[in-house]
Amino acid sequence: MGQSRAPSFRPMSDPQPLIEIDRVSFGYDASRTILDDVSLRFARGKVTAILGGSGCGKTTLLRLIAGVHPVSQGRVRFDGEPVDAANRERLYRQRRRLGMLFQFGALFTDLSVFDNVAFPLREHTRLPESMIRDIVLMKLDAVGLRGAAALRIAQVSGGMARRIALARAIALDPELIMYDEPFTGLDPIATGVTANLIRRLNDATGATSLVVSHDVPECFAICDRAYLLSGGGRVVAHGTPEELRASTDPEVRQFIGGEPDGPVRFHYPAPPLAQQLGLRA
Amino acid sequence: MPCHGVGMTQALAWLGRATLDRLRALGHSAFFFVDLLRFSPAALRRWPLVLTQIHLIGNHSLLIIAASGLAVGFVLALQMYYALVTYGATESLGLVVNLALLRELGPVVTALLFAGRAGTSLTAEIGLMKAGEQLVAMELMAVDPRARVLAPRFLGGIVSMPVLALIFSSVGILGAYVVAVLLIGVDAGNFWSIMQDRVDVWRDLGNGIVKSMVFGVICTFVALYQGYESQPTPAGVAAATTRSVVIASLAVLGMDFILTALMFSTP
Repeated sequence: MGQSRAPSFRPMSDPQPLIEIDRVSFGYDASRTILDDVSLRFARGKVTAILGGSGCGKTTLLRLIAGVHPVSQGRVRFDGEPVDAANRERLYRQRRRLGMLFQFGALFTDLSVFDNVAFPLREHTRLPESMIRDIVLMKLDAVGLRGAAALRIAQVSGGMARRIALARAIALDPELIMYDEPFTGLDPIATGVTANLIRRLNDATGATSLVVSHDVPECFAICDRAYLLSGGGRVVAHGTPEELRASTDPEVRQFIGGEPDGPVRFHYPAPPLAQQLGLRA
Repeated sequence: MPCHGVGMTQALAWLGRATLDRLRALGHSAFFFVDLLRFSPAALRRWPLVLTQIHLIGNHSLLIIAASGLAVGFVLALQMYYALVTYGATESLGLVVNLALLRELGPVVTALLFAGRAGTSLTAEIGLMKAGEQLVAMELMAVDPRARVLAPRFLGGIVSMPVLALIFSSVGILGAYVVAVLLIGVDAGNFWSIMQDRVDVWRDLGNGIVKSMVFGVICTFVALYQGYESQPTPAGVAAATTRSVVIASLAVLGMDFILTALMFSTP
């Protein structure tokens, strides 16, 4: 298990990773760094979890892999090719090989459930409508929502929207599936079903899956490896779930155990409460 | 005095920064406009998308356009009658109403109503799509939202505006007929014949259509740009919607003056 801290952090070598993130730094503006010299590798055909607290840059990392934002420093490679937002033709070619489940679904509100799942098929294939119908119904069946095909998006619950978005993300059977907080807001049954679905999809299609989450038990139940990011946008540790559970690193132990005290402070930096309330000791 | 020197420097720095920001925004919007033009031919090939937008933008604006045209026609006929009767020139009423509607009021009032009805709807829709990550989701599916979402709406706006302006003018003329002929008693034959005689199809009707097409480009472009560049928050979308109406309305009024000067400068 790698527990050395960035910037000297170098992940384990992998002969053919699908995604390579090499010493990447990124910030939405110059005043705040989200990711600080991080290096990660995501092996083909594996489920890799990216864990970390809110605001540590997990979603940003997915967006950098998809080329939504150009990196400030370092390199992102998809199947050996650089991900470059300036080269739109190559970027779109790469994007056709990935699917992403957004945190809040990002479903098209002017389309029905059926049309949302059919959207990538209609845009990128010349399949006849009868075949598109069959594929869409199969994808919706996989997430348990075949019966909801005719509903409008306004008629579905948040949990259902997430599952529809999952069906849409896998509509084209992508090589890389990125899940952004797939368990947030789901009831226990839907959480279990979604977790199993991620694992089964990965095993059945041979896809590579990246699961961004702060739900440790669910992620550890389905992932092959996991990375833990710190609040400063650094990689704290990585390894198999067993290796991370056995870690002695205080930050890893605090995150996995959900302990309130430790290297990660619960409170945002502020002056003492008594001072701010104008009370004297 | 040193204080004045510092104040002057700060004011100049602020002015420079503000000017640069404006120029940057102008350049950015120009690139956006070029993108809309670039993606329009591809959107035309997917004509069902454009037809849907013509329905949503044009058909859904019909009621307000027709009602406003009727009201304007009523008032215009009354006002013109009061003015012309003083000089014993009520036989010109049909001509004056017709020219005012075809050349000016039809295109301009339709554009202002369009900016308020369809423009705000477009800005809010695109802004909410952005806030709901629908546009970035589309991008990640390797589908360019400028081609799939914006260009069909752009074309829908350009096609809808002249049709709406013609409907506004037609209903306005009918409204004027009701007031002038049926209520006041102006001679019906005179009302219609002077229009046939003095209204030129190309100069009056044609220029009015060209005007409304230009206004269609302006209103739709401003609405789409403001939505696409809005902050992805409720307050950001609300601010963008307000900006959309204000900028489009001012641009229409300014452009109307320029077009009128170019089109009707010679007798």
